[in-house]
Amino acid sequence: MNGNYWSWERFSEAFPYVLEGLTTTVAVTISTFIFAMIFGFVWLFLRRIPLRPVNWTVTWIMEFIRSTPPIIQLFFMYLAWPVVPYVGVTLSPFACAVIGLGVHFSTYIGEIYRSGIESVGKGQWEASTALNLSLLDKWRHIILPQAIPPTIPMLGNYFIILFKEVPITATISVQGILYMANTFGSQNWAYIEALTIVGLILLVLSYPSAVLIRKLEVKMNTRFDKNAVIKKINKGVTS
Amino acid sequence: MAEPIVRYQDVHKSFGDVEVLKGIDLDIYPAEKVAIIGPSGSGKTTIIRMLMTLEEPTSGDIIVDGTNLWKMEKNGGLVEANEKHLRSVRGDIGMVFQHFNLFPHMTILENCMTAPIRVKGEDKQEVEEHSIQMLERVGLGDKIHNYPSQLSGGQKQRVAMARALVMRPKIMLFDEVTSALDPELVGEVLEVIRDIAKNDDMAMVLVTHEMDFALDIADKVLFLDEGVIAEQGTAADVIEHSQNERLQEFLSRFRG
Repeated sequence: MNGNYWSWERFSEAFPYVLEGLTTTVAVTISTFIFAMIFGFVWLFLRRIPLRPVNWTVTWIMEFIRSTPPIIQLFFMYLAWPVVPYVGVTLSPFACAVIGLGVHFSTYIGEIYRSGIESVGKGQWEASTALNLSLLDKWRHIILPQAIPPTIPMLGNYFIILFKEVPITATISVQGILYMANTFGSQNWAYIEALTIVGLILLVLSYPSAVLIRKLEVKMNTRFDKNAVIKKINKGVTS
Repeated sequence: MAEPIVRYQDVHKSFGDVEVLKGIDLDIYPAEKVAIIGPSGSGKTTIIRMLMTLEEPTSGDIIVDGTNLWKMEKNGGLVEANEKHLRSVRGDIGMVFQHFNLFPHMTILENCMTAPIRVKGEDKQEVEEHSIQMLERVGLGDKIHNYPSQLSGGQKQRVAMARALVMRPKIMLFDEVTSALDPELVGEVLEVIRDIAKNDDMAMVLVTHEMDFALDIADKVLFLDEGVIAEQGTAADVIEHSQNERLQEFLSRFRG
């Protein structure tokens, strides 16, 4: 070590360079999350099919996807998939990242949906039946309004986890913040400043989000609580 | 007497290997108040849950106002009823549950208004007036904009009754509606039931452990024991003249 391992000059040089990748990182995160939220419904519906073999197969596939590291799934899609005969296609790094990470996270999100629906007690279904509500009305007016709120903080948590996972897409050359930092490092033969910036960006963005989600969680837990409701009513009166 | 509004014909129900009901035959007439008593686990609740379509009989028929509830005609034969058929029959039946099952995300007024609007397509204004009337009737006219979490157990159960009444059922089912309540709240709920029994002409079926109350308001009392109706008749018949030993033993437990 030559005493010059850290330079503020290089830091300020690296900063705008790394920041250029932020748009891509955020775009990948958001696209992947939307993909995962939609694909999560596919798992939810597949698991609700009351056929044992289907249920077993779906559960097994979900377990497989969750138990393999996303980085291997990305490598497979990016490097191995294109050479598979007949079904193989070459995808752009961005598409690969969105589909690869999206499918991986959708298995978790499908489970969140399921836990939300299961959090609504059997009595709610029975009361809706006793009132002769149609299946659609049961879902729309009774089940979903109760099932969705508790899933929101859970979804938020997974959004942050995903955001922190997205830098691994640098390995399939998605030009996000980590990729930019890596390029800067190799060009200048100095990595420490650029990588520190990556860490700082992730921290600055994910920590406040985590705090926000924790607040949301408290709010959701007390949503049918007396005081919360009274506040809501008072607001209605004053506005 | 008129035609029965509900008729059970040799109805059996098993859960897995356990046969809970072993052949129920029962007629309920319009405006009749029926109380079902009996030891826990004798299948009392299952009888009314099958009528509410929450539980499907293993065999036998339940006829509601001339229509077979669980079977429908198709190509000249009887097949298992689909949801559409169930919905067409179920509209005449209302139910109040042991654990209230109010919708926690709605005010108590919305709890009452949802079904008449969504299911019957009634006019919103009229439904609102009718709902408020019913909530006033159960003594909660001042709480219509509150949420269920702000009410006591007894109040919740009274809302549940108003919610069922707004649908104008021909048959009302009460499934141990006071069992989950603190003792001091039981009275207010029983008062509402007594009021309904006295002033409404719908048929009522009560599954209950409130023995004195049941015997007081019921036109007909059924004693259910080990999956069969072991005794039935007017309250006086059942209590004073029954020779059934298990019934006498059961009743003696409620007398100090």
